[in-house]
Amino acid sequence: MSTFALLGAIEIGLVFSLVALGVFLSFRVLNFPDLTVDGSFPLGAAVAATLIVSGVNPWLATLIAMAAGAAAGLVTAFLNVRFNILHLLASILTMIALYSINLRIMGRPNVALLQQETVLTPFYGLGLAQAEVKPIFLGVLLILVVLILWRFLVSDFGLAMRATGANPRMARAQGIATSGQIYSGMALSNALVALAGAMFAQTNGFADVTSGVGTIVVGLAAVILGETLFRSRAMLIVLAACVIGSILYRVALALALNTPALGLQASDLQLVTAILVILALVLPGVRNPIKALIRGGKQ
Amino acid sequence: MISLSDIHVTFNAGTPLETKAIRGIDLSIPAGQFVAVIGSNGAGKSTLLNVLTGDAPLTRGRVVIDETDVSTWPAPRRAGMVARVFQDPMAGTCEGLSIEENMALAAARGGRRGLGAALTHDRRGTFRERLAELGLGLEDRLGDRMGQLSGGQRQAVSLLMATLADMRILLLDEHTAALDPRIASFVLELTRRFVESFHLTALMVTHSMRQALDYGDRTVMLHEGKIVFDVSGDERSKLDVPHLVELFSKVRGETLDDDALLLG
Repeated sequence: MSTFALLGAIEIGLVFSLVALGVFLSFRVLNFPDLTVDGSFPLGAAVAATLIVSGVNPWLATLIAMAAGAAAGLVTAFLNVRFNILHLLASILTMIALYSINLRIMGRPNVALLQQETVLTPFYGLGLAQAEVKPIFLGVLLILVVLILWRFLVSDFGLAMRATGANPRMARAQGIATSGQIYSGMALSNALVALAGAMFAQTNGFADVTSGVGTIVVGLAAVILGETLFRSRAMLIVLAACVIGSILYRVALALALNTPALGLQASDLQLVTAILVILALVLPGVRNPIKALIRGGKQ
Repeated sequence: MISLSDIHVTFNAGTPLETKAIRGIDLSIPAGQFVAVIGSNGAGKSTLLNVLTGDAPLTRGRVVIDETDVSTWPAPRRAGMVARVFQDPMAGTCEGLSIEENMALAAARGGRRGLGAALTHDRRGTFRERLAELGLGLEDRLGDRMGQLSGGQRQAVSLLMATLADMRILLLDEHTAALDPRIASFVLELTRRFVESFHLTALMVTHSMRQALDYGDRTVMLHEGKIVFDVSGDERSKLDVPHLVELFSKVRGETLDDDALLLG
């Protein structure tokens, strides 16, 4: 594999590690299987791209994209908490609705960002190739996000959120308003996923309404891979594992795609991801979010 | 002072499944009193407890804690006043979180939960000291997962967790029923110790007539959602299990048969 392909894999792995962190928050911390992400990823891309094209500052555009993602998460949480709609179904409803909304936001199926100023533009002039600037920029961003998320999850508020997912009855008895925690967690989770979408649009130079398909599975694969490689309970390591899992997953995929003997092509990605997640589910001894949910459901 | 007046709780009202769990209970618990509540299955013991925590919706009546009417307050809002130990050791703690994280959750019961670190050096020190009181060697296992503890250890820690924040009443929901007898008596003694040393007001629901007489200052017997027997002071200290059984049979108008009440 060429250095170029490796950097590309790391870059996309870093973008999707934001998805992995979001999925970790919903599936793992809140115990809320949330498929909204398939809609909030392209939502982040659509909002950021559309605003940037219309001349808005790319940083502001990225922030607004995150707010839009948070709003999507709040809708799913509202459907579940207020109307008792099954979490999975509530998130599918939001996801489907977002498909139309994303088309409305962009006004067409895709928006190109090629000549536009993005959050990365100022760093392109520093003497490094674009293919090098992108992973470095994303790497720094991810370090910041992981550190902030870590401080959050080990705070009193974050601990209350973890208790809400782990034992809602106990959480309520300790005075934790569990529905408020679900709203906060779902907003935060989808804001991260929308940030991933906004970064995807700005590093790849386009936003596409179909780019969200399979986001949830890719995020889950990264979370599972990270958890399998790092069996730690220390929150900082658990979060870093999501990022490393996402990068390794992309590098492994790039290797597979670059091995002609396997006969794979880029469009096989979703199938390969799905098979990997299924294997993770079926293989004994692998700790993963879905398995925990299935067990939880049987109680 | 905890005061329940004219409490009625009906589940599934107006349906064929209608259950009148509580049918008019008036109960006042002065500050510092330790009340043992006994009754057979379906007598309304757990519902009475849930009325106090805010988990059971009132059909009628008022719950007043220290002159504050909390009748309409949901459970999380009451948590600053009400501490609870569940029957199931799994229910009162988060097994996936560490001992110290569980304790930090309990220490903030009823308080604001901000973005400050949940586990500070000071808090850890306090937790270690408090755990040492149990004499179970848990003070060296602060970072262990709660799930690694035995049922008895978890119940002892749950009880300890309840005392980490202020409360107006401690509710014990058959908190030793799931434990083997030796551990159960350890947890009961611990309960007595905490209630005495922190001057707690407590309400303990139990299945065991022995416990209902041996622990606390007052014994209340529930039957079919009503208080049928309420004794304290000298009258109570003269009572023994056979008296209680007799009283219970009289109330039911039949002899005690296959009921789940434990005589021992």
